[in-house]
Amino acid sequence: MLRFLDNIERSDGPVIHFENVTKTYQNQSRPALESVDLDVEKGEFVFLVGPSGSGKSTFLRLILREERPSEGRIYVAGRDLARLTTWKVPQLRRRIGCVFQDFRLLPGKSVYQNIAFALEVIGKPRRFIRKVVPEVIDLVGLEGKSERMPDELSGGEQQRVAMARAFVNRPMILLADEPTGNIDPATSIGIMKVLDRINRTGTTVVMATHDAAIVDSMRKRVIELEYGKVVRDQSRGVYGQAY
Amino acid sequence: MRAQFVFGEVWVGLRRNLTMTVALIVVVAISLSLLGTGLLVVKQVNHTRALWQSKVELSIFLCDNNPLSVQCVKNGPATVAQTNQIRSTLSHLPQVVSVTYLTQAQNLAQFRKEFATQPVFINSVQPGDIPASFQVKLRNAQTDAGRVAAAVTGMPGVDSVGNDATILTNFYRLLDGARNAVIIVAVILIIAAILLVANTIRLSAFNRRRETAIMRLVGASNFYVQLPFLVEGMIAGLFGWLIAVGLLVGAKAGLDGFQNYFPFRAQLSVSDLVEVVLVTMIIGLLLCGMTSFLTLRRYLRV
Repeated sequence: MLRFLDNIERSDGPVIHFENVTKTYQNQSRPALESVDLDVEKGEFVFLVGPSGSGKSTFLRLILREERPSEGRIYVAGRDLARLTTWKVPQLRRRIGCVFQDFRLLPGKSVYQNIAFALEVIGKPRRFIRKVVPEVIDLVGLEGKSERMPDELSGGEQQRVAMARAFVNRPMILLADEPTGNIDPATSIGIMKVLDRINRTGTTVVMATHDAAIVDSMRKRVIELEYGKVVRDQSRGVYGQAY
Repeated sequence: MRAQFVFGEVWVGLRRNLTMTVALIVVVAISLSLLGTGLLVVKQVNHTRALWQSKVELSIFLCDNNPLSVQCVKNGPATVAQTNQIRSTLSHLPQVVSVTYLTQAQNLAQFRKEFATQPVFINSVQPGDIPASFQVKLRNAQTDAGRVAAAVTGMPGVDSVGNDATILTNFYRLLDGARNAVIIVAVILIIAAILLVANTIRLSAFNRRRETAIMRLVGASNFYVQLPFLVEGMIAGLFGWLIAVGLLVGAKAGLDGFQNYFPFRAQLSVSDLVEVVLVTMIIGLLLCGMTSFLTLRRYLRV
């Protein structure tokens, strides 16, 4: 009976639930993540900080089901990821938006087409796309630039396109892996404003970052990883240790 | 399923990969047409063999005024009694279906008819040059000709035994050899085609890895991600097959024309050609479809 309940989506529970998760990659002695136990509630904004190799990217990849944990269980929106069959994984990913340090836009497509691509590829009708894409272009602050090509945009603008693409399908969770890594500090502020706007619509945001200034200025929950272990989990935290 | 989107992606893929796609079409065309030709040749050989079996006869030439064998020289032309004896022996053999006696005049007339287009031959043969003969139809010319011939050779009145079957044996061997050669080459080319399809799909997938990565990230189903490549492979296969059909029609025309060199025409029918065309289509579909599918499974996973 309990096993049956395992698979029902618990919409009231945490949106991300890690239970004693350990991940060791092949041919590596030290685990990338070790005994991680944490919850992220719906609508939270979480910063994931730590040095390179501390497991931030692994954490995000586990949520996306791009990797599977060596030990422990992961629940996203109440669903046990280990029980997801291969053909159910795409459905999970439609509810998670991703933004990366290198933007990952398609160079041959315009801003509009890049965002529309994410919808076309999951089979949304033209009519829906035509309505929704302009809305999200406005949301990220790129009004009037829908026909521009990526190489005509600045780094900050490209990242906004990426965020628009990640958000256009109104995902439950938005994962950002060092989104301001390739962007100057001044422009980063604009990016964070967009992320904040997205978070306020109710989307849970988990952002891995090195950017101390941003973390300090926003005072959101901070989870610090070191050698794969959670060493700090602080609501309204700062980047470095608060002494 | 947005068909428009899928075909858009297919078109992009074909354009980006143009040289390899053309190479693929050519190899599929050649291998399918060779395979089809091999099948046509197989059919042709069987058809010809069946037809000729029924027409092939054992000719027992009787002694006449221009004998060939030592025995005839000694004993002179075949007498009525000897002729009857030969006929009786032949009729009682179990392998014999029928025995027909042809006079010298009849044989001459037959000769003149068969070589009507060769006046040189006609003019050099005079009445009396061709002996009378028994035309013996056998149940199974291939196996029994030798035995029946042995039974009558040396009988008084028998000059020589003409066994069309021996000539044909060598000819059949030639046909079989040709057929085997074509099939072997076809099989090699089919293997080459399979490898080429696999490689082209791999290359196509590699060329589009950016799009594919995003598709996977955004939650496109495995099927949707693989579909454009599958369609690409099938389209190339389809064009290859169409070219092969054209070549096969030419091959059949060639085979038919080849028949003019032989006294008996054993041409294949249109339905034979259609059958071969359908078989090559099925093989082509399987080749492209299965190879694409298996390659994609290996290189394009969620």
